[in-house]
This record gives sequence, C-alpha cells and structure tokens, in this order.
Amino acid sequence: MEERTSEKRAKQIRRREILKLSPVVLLGAFAIPTVQDSLLKAGLGFHDWVSAKLFRRGHLAPTFSDAEVVPFEKFPINGYDVADPGVDLDAWTLKVTGDVRKPGEYTLAQIQALPRQRQNTKHICVEGWDVIGRFGGARLVDFLDFVGADRNSRFVFVECADDYYTTIDMATARHEQSLLCYEMYDRPLTREHGAPVRLSIPTKIGYKNAKYLTRMHITSVLTKNGYWEDQGYSNYYGL
Amino acid sequence: MTPAVPKKIMSWDSQKTGMPVRAAYEHPFLVRLCHWINSVSLLVLIASGLRIFRAFPSFGPKIPQVDLVNIPKQLTLGGWLGGALQWHFTFIWIYMVTGALYIAYEIFSRNYRQVLFMPRDIRGVWPMAKHYFFFGRKPELNEPYNPLQKLAYTSAVGLGVLSVLTGLVLYRPVQFSFLAVLMGGFHYARIWHFAVMLGFLAFIGGHLVMVLLHGWNNFISMLSGWKKNPEYLREP
Repeated sequence: MEERTSEKRAKQIRRREILKLSPVVLLGAFAIPTVQDSLLKAGLGFHDWVSAKLFRRGHLAPTFSDAEVVPFEKFPINGYDVADPGVDLDAWTLKVTGDVRKPGEYTLAQIQALPRQRQNTKHICVEGWDVIGRFGGARLVDFLDFVGADRNSRFVFVECADDYYTTIDMATARHEQSLLCYEMYDRPLTREHGAPVRLSIPTKIGYKNAKYLTRMHITSVLTKNGYWEDQGYSNYYGL
Repeated sequence: MTPAVPKKIMSWDSQKTGMPVRAAYEHPFLVRLCHWINSVSLLVLIASGLRIFRAFPSFGPKIPQVDLVNIPKQLTLGGWLGGALQWHFTFIWIYMVTGALYIAYEIFSRNYRQVLFMPRDIRGVWPMAKHYFFFGRKPELNEPYNPLQKLAYTSAVGLGVLSVLTGLVLYRPVQFSFLAVLMGGFHYARIWHFAVMLGFLAFIGGHLVMVLLHGWNNFISMLSGWKKNPEYLREP
C-alpha cells in the first residue's frame, strides 16, 4: 500500500518514529555512578534468584575416571590470604551453632566416623580455570543430619581459620555430592589445601569451597554472605 | 518465493526539487528497538567479558599458566572481576530478552523473509562480494537486503544464539551438563564462547564500515524505520 503525503507530513512521521525509540535512553541509567551500583546489584540478585531456581537436587555433577584427574602437584592452591593459617590440627574442632538440635564442638574423628565418600570432580574457579581433582570426606548432608540441623533453615554459613567465610544454600548443602572434605587424593588434606577440613562442592564455584573450616552456622538470616560475596561476587554461584 | 519488500510505502514531492520521493518502512519499531538495546548490551557484554577473561587470560591449564593475550584494561568494563561479572550477569538478561523478542517478532510478522539467508541467496553472494571488495559491477537489487547482507545478519543471529548457549555452559556446566557434553565440557565451552565473541567483533567491524559507506539515509533508517528512495522502489 502506497500512501501519498506531503513532505512536511512525511518528516513528521519519521520524526515520531525516532522518538518512539526514546526508551533506549533509559539504558543510560547504567552510566550514572550513583544509580549504577544498585542497578548492577539488582541485576546480580535477579541472576542469583534464577540460578537457585535452576538447581536440580537430584542432578549430579559429572564425575571422572582416575586417569582424568590432574596430578596432585598441579592442583592449584588459591588462598586469599595465607597459605597456612597455622591451625593446631590436634586441638581442632568444628564449632556448630544456629538452628541445630545438638550445637557444640565436633572433632575430626566424629566427622570421619560418618560414611566416607570419594569422588573425582571438577573444581571450577571464577577466574576461568578448571581442574579435575580427587576428593574424599563425609557427605555434608550426613553431618547436618548428625548434628540435627534444621533442614528448613536456608543457609549453611561457614567460617575459616584464615578469616575467610562463605555461605552455601541449604539445597546445595544437602546435595549428595557436597562434601565435608578431609582428604584429597586419598590422603589427609595438606595445610595449603585447607587442613583439616574444607568444603568440596562440585555444584558450586570455587570460592564457595572454603578451606580451614572452624565454624558452621545454620541460619535463615545472614548478616554477612562471604568474603568475596560481600565485595560484590554472586552469593549463589552454583554450577 | 518472491523477495519480501516492505508493505508500507509513502511518497511525496520534494519541495526543493519538485522530484517525487518514495520511502519504504524497512525497519519495524520492534526491530529498531531491539537493534539498539541489543547493540548496547552486546558492547557491554563484550567489554565486561574481556575483563572476566583478564582474570585468567589462557585456554590452557592453571599450572603452568601460559597467558594468551594481555587485553588492555581500557578496553574492558567492570574494573575488577567481580564488577565485570555484575555487568555481564545483568546485561545478559537484557540481551536475551531483546534477542528473543527480535527472533519471535521476525517469525510471527513474517518479516524474516526480508533478512533470512536462504539457499536461493547463495548464488548472489559472490557477485556482491566482488562488488564490495574488488569494485565489480553492483548487482541489481529488488529487495531491501542483498545476499551478502542477509548472510551477515543471519550469521549474527546465529552468533547470538551460540553466545547464549556457550555462556550457559560456562555459568551452569552442571545444570546444563547435556549442553556441556555437546561442547566438550566447560573448558572447551570457554574457547567457543571466546570464538563467538571474535565472530561478533568481525561482524561489528564489517557492519560499521558498511554503515559508514552507505551514508546518512541508510543510517537514519535504523532510527526512523523509513528509507528514502531505496533501490528496489525505483519507478517501473
């Protein structure tokens, strides 16, 4: 269909069409320093919300053959602070607090008395590298049941000997591959890998796999999320 | 199938020259809206993606780490890894929504016939390339896009889809493990994701050169939707 019109009218029509695009300018809000931060936080929050919805409780992370595991000395050590926070391994206990029936201090022997699970899984760092390692330990879900952690609580918050701390959502904590890890490559954790106990959660990004655990707090209310998370990293970051 | 040309056409007489002018409504509103929002998003995603890549600028193992390239900080967005991830994870939604909206609109409005590269376009690619690169004679055009343009724009949409799929594997290698397997795992997905980005850089470069070469009437049509005196509207 062809419409006869005047030059003035044609100009008007085209100008109106350009103006209809003005909502695009709203993207400029991201360039305003005072608004930018809250917009990006909201974006990340939405992203995390969707991510949590995507999590499938029964879906397993891939496991690998022994031949695919990297040699122990090629498993990277990424401490944020010190390689060895000087944990007294003999006196070590894991303090458990919060929404649990049996709060208190738990020894390594108590953790090791739970069924041991060994698995070759991929550890993926937020920086972009990935490595297949061999991890062993008690299933976190077994330990949570052992201490009587309320499964309706939302988070497992952990603190470490090197002042690192992070949060795992309850669904991930209760995933069957989430380990309270005390072994790598079938040997007790070395100091630089987080002795005596670390987290190994193949459905979470690397910085959620905290080392040198000292305290576990079961809660639905977080006052802080994690060392990196509080600086702006995703607080969910599941894989 | 005959070439799809815009249905909305208007004409007027130029007051200056008295010559008749015909204009075609080439770019529907939703296409223009998605084009501009999506291009901003794509630039944000590339720049923040490069900042993310800087955290481990290698496709090899972590030990020993061999850096591939050092991307200048000035070309990146986000300031640090965490900041770049925030930009990336925020704009991916804007990018996916406008991308999906565009594809859905193209299909339901049947506007895709204007731009989708089809087998019948294959024979027109070489004459067009000859014209652009070797100053060959310009082939006659009886539709808005020439075969080479269709190829470029169709590839860009393909790159868009691939960028999302490879990105999904990077962000959710466990939940999307079936996709991860197709791509050879997380490690390879990272390489494909980067390759798709390079494909986009090539597309954007070519696209911008073409926009510059084709002048104002062509450029402004992506804002107003209307193109004045397009070749395919020549008086019979």
